[in-house]
Amino acid sequence: MASVTYDHVVKRYTADLTVVKDFNVEIKDKEFMVLVGPSGCGKSTVLRMLAGLEAITEGQIRIGDRVVNNVAAKDRDIAMVFQSYALYPHMSVYDNMAFPLQMQHLKKPDIDKRVRDAARILGLDNFLQRKPRALSGGQRQRVALGRAIVRSPKVFLLDEPLSNLDAKLRGQTRIQLQKLHRDLETTFIYVTHDQVEAMTMGDRIGIMNAGILQQVGTPGEIYDHPANLFVAGFIGSPTMNFVPATVSNGSAKASGLEVKLPKPLPPGKGTLGFRPEAVTDRTVEGSTAMDMKVDFVERLGSDQFLYGQVGTDQVTARVDPRMAVQPGDKVKLGLDTRGLHFFDSVSEKALL
Amino acid sequence: MSVAIATRAESTAARWSVRWIVQRIQRSLLHVAVLGLTLVWIVPTLGLLVSSFRPTASILTTGWWTALSPPYQFTLQNFQDMLAQSNMGTAIFNSFMVSIPSTVIPVTVAAFAAYAFAWMKFPARDWIFLAFVGLLAVPLQLTFVPVLSFFVAHGILPDNLISIGLPPWVGLWLAHSGYGLPFSTYLLANFFRNLPSDLFESAEIDGAGPLTVFFRIVLPLSVPALASLVIFQFLWVWNDLLVALIYVGGAPEVAPLTVNLADLTNSLGQGYQLLTAAAFFSMIIPLVVFLSLQRYFVRGILAGSVKG
Repeated sequence: MASVTYDHVVKRYTADLTVVKDFNVEIKDKEFMVLVGPSGCGKSTVLRMLAGLEAITEGQIRIGDRVVNNVAAKDRDIAMVFQSYALYPHMSVYDNMAFPLQMQHLKKPDIDKRVRDAARILGLDNFLQRKPRALSGGQRQRVALGRAIVRSPKVFLLDEPLSNLDAKLRGQTRIQLQKLHRDLETTFIYVTHDQVEAMTMGDRIGIMNAGILQQVGTPGEIYDHPANLFVAGFIGSPTMNFVPATVSNGSAKASGLEVKLPKPLPPGKGTLGFRPEAVTDRTVEGSTAMDMKVDFVERLGSDQFLYGQVGTDQVTARVDPRMAVQPGDKVKLGLDTRGLHFFDSVSEKALL
Repeated sequence: MSVAIATRAESTAARWSVRWIVQRIQRSLLHVAVLGLTLVWIVPTLGLLVSSFRPTASILTTGWWTALSPPYQFTLQNFQDMLAQSNMGTAIFNSFMVSIPSTVIPVTVAAFAAYAFAWMKFPARDWIFLAFVGLLAVPLQLTFVPVLSFFVAHGILPDNLISIGLPPWVGLWLAHSGYGLPFSTYLLANFFRNLPSDLFESAEIDGAGPLTVFFRIVLPLSVPALASLVIFQFLWVWNDLLVALIYVGGAPEVAPLTVNLADLTNSLGQGYQLLTAAAFFSMIIPLVVFLSLQRYFVRGILAGSVKG
């Protein structure tokens, strides 16, 4: 049980190839922290530096109060679940889970008890003598988890553990993982490229892009108050609408709409952002109206998404599923100004 | 097996269409070619086998194929004579004493070396590996003089080895190990490199040191590659005449089967029937080794070269 601190951590492979830049974050004890970002953003490297699989170029990583920069992977008291599961193919499920304990030279009865406990928690009791190749994807994934659990580590590291599962199983396993986190009361650090996993599982989320940590916060904070254009575009599906706009006299004017800003901004150009759900068919009191020429209609049963043009800009709207719209129609929509964002054109930082 | 192949190659084209006919012809040509090659290889071998069971008188008067029609005349006399004569029993024993260590030593050393080359970091690793593999290009014959003078200078010769209580084949073991190492290391290093890196990282986190990883993960996963290597090396050493002749000479008490066979050919120009029996015996051992390890052999070659 321990907190994890990244203190100005840098990972550099060559002089001009820096994959992690000045990474600072403090992960609290028993927290479920999710690192999310597009592939190649350095999130796995951040995890692997903590695991001891990659050297740290600059800065410090601490587990609890202990600096672990020069501690061997096996002595860091962490356990890692790999994307490929990395099960030992020639060993039975039992031996796979017993392996880390054998390496610690535990006594046979102790190993047996721990392995059987973990197997019971994960529902693997009936598969202990099987080889990994005789298991389904979901079962393999649970064996990988089991191998991590038996060690009762201070920190659990999970590197995209669900990405090899099919969609339905992924949904179930997501819930199981959260339950496991609650039962084990241990720090979890979870790396994924899937924003849905990040939003649903994380106590807090760290969003990375191009080796830089963009924002850290609870899922709610990040969704409602993205720190910059990248975060705003990365989180949320369908993505946030971005339209180029000019600010003057307390309102922002785009090609097909003009909104009054809830707080005054210095005049100039920038990007106006609003989520699809801020655009509705209901014209609420005080909301801004806009005309959309509909290109596509997507009915999901519970929702209906309209993709179309507002002025010269592409806009997505989430409307009532009962609203009858055909591609080619022109519709009048309302914009809820409570969910408005405005990003600086140069720094891309959120001004609103 | 042939059934499985036939099913897999089953035509998808409609019966009697042009494509169907072309496919048929192509496949027939392939079958004819394979059958032809097989025949070319198998006929002399079969002749050898049949001859080895024929009485001396028949061998000297008629061709081996006449034995395949009645009246049948087969005998084990040739094998009895062969084993009784010319130190043949000693030669077979010597062949095993040469081949087994000359297989075990280089494969073991190569496995350790290949593991280091594939998964451990040390300075100039890739250059050392390159130099090592480059030795593959050195012709065997080029090494005879320097190696033999080294052996002479350091007393690694049969008589001297026996006098200091070592087996007389030590020099041969060393030579064969040296000749086998570059290829063995190359093959195994390639195989080990293709093992997924996650396994090694996982083992590292689990607390396994390099030796544990080697014995508990790398070796069990490399059985196919090791088996194919054992076959290669064993066949090479068992069939070798040149190296044995150079380093242990013709001394019958230490010479392996191949040397003995060569002697037989020279001294027993008339003993054709004995030669057939001896030659067949020298073939049967590698054949047994090959057939017993064959399913690993095929898998090992694929696994080593294409993907793990």
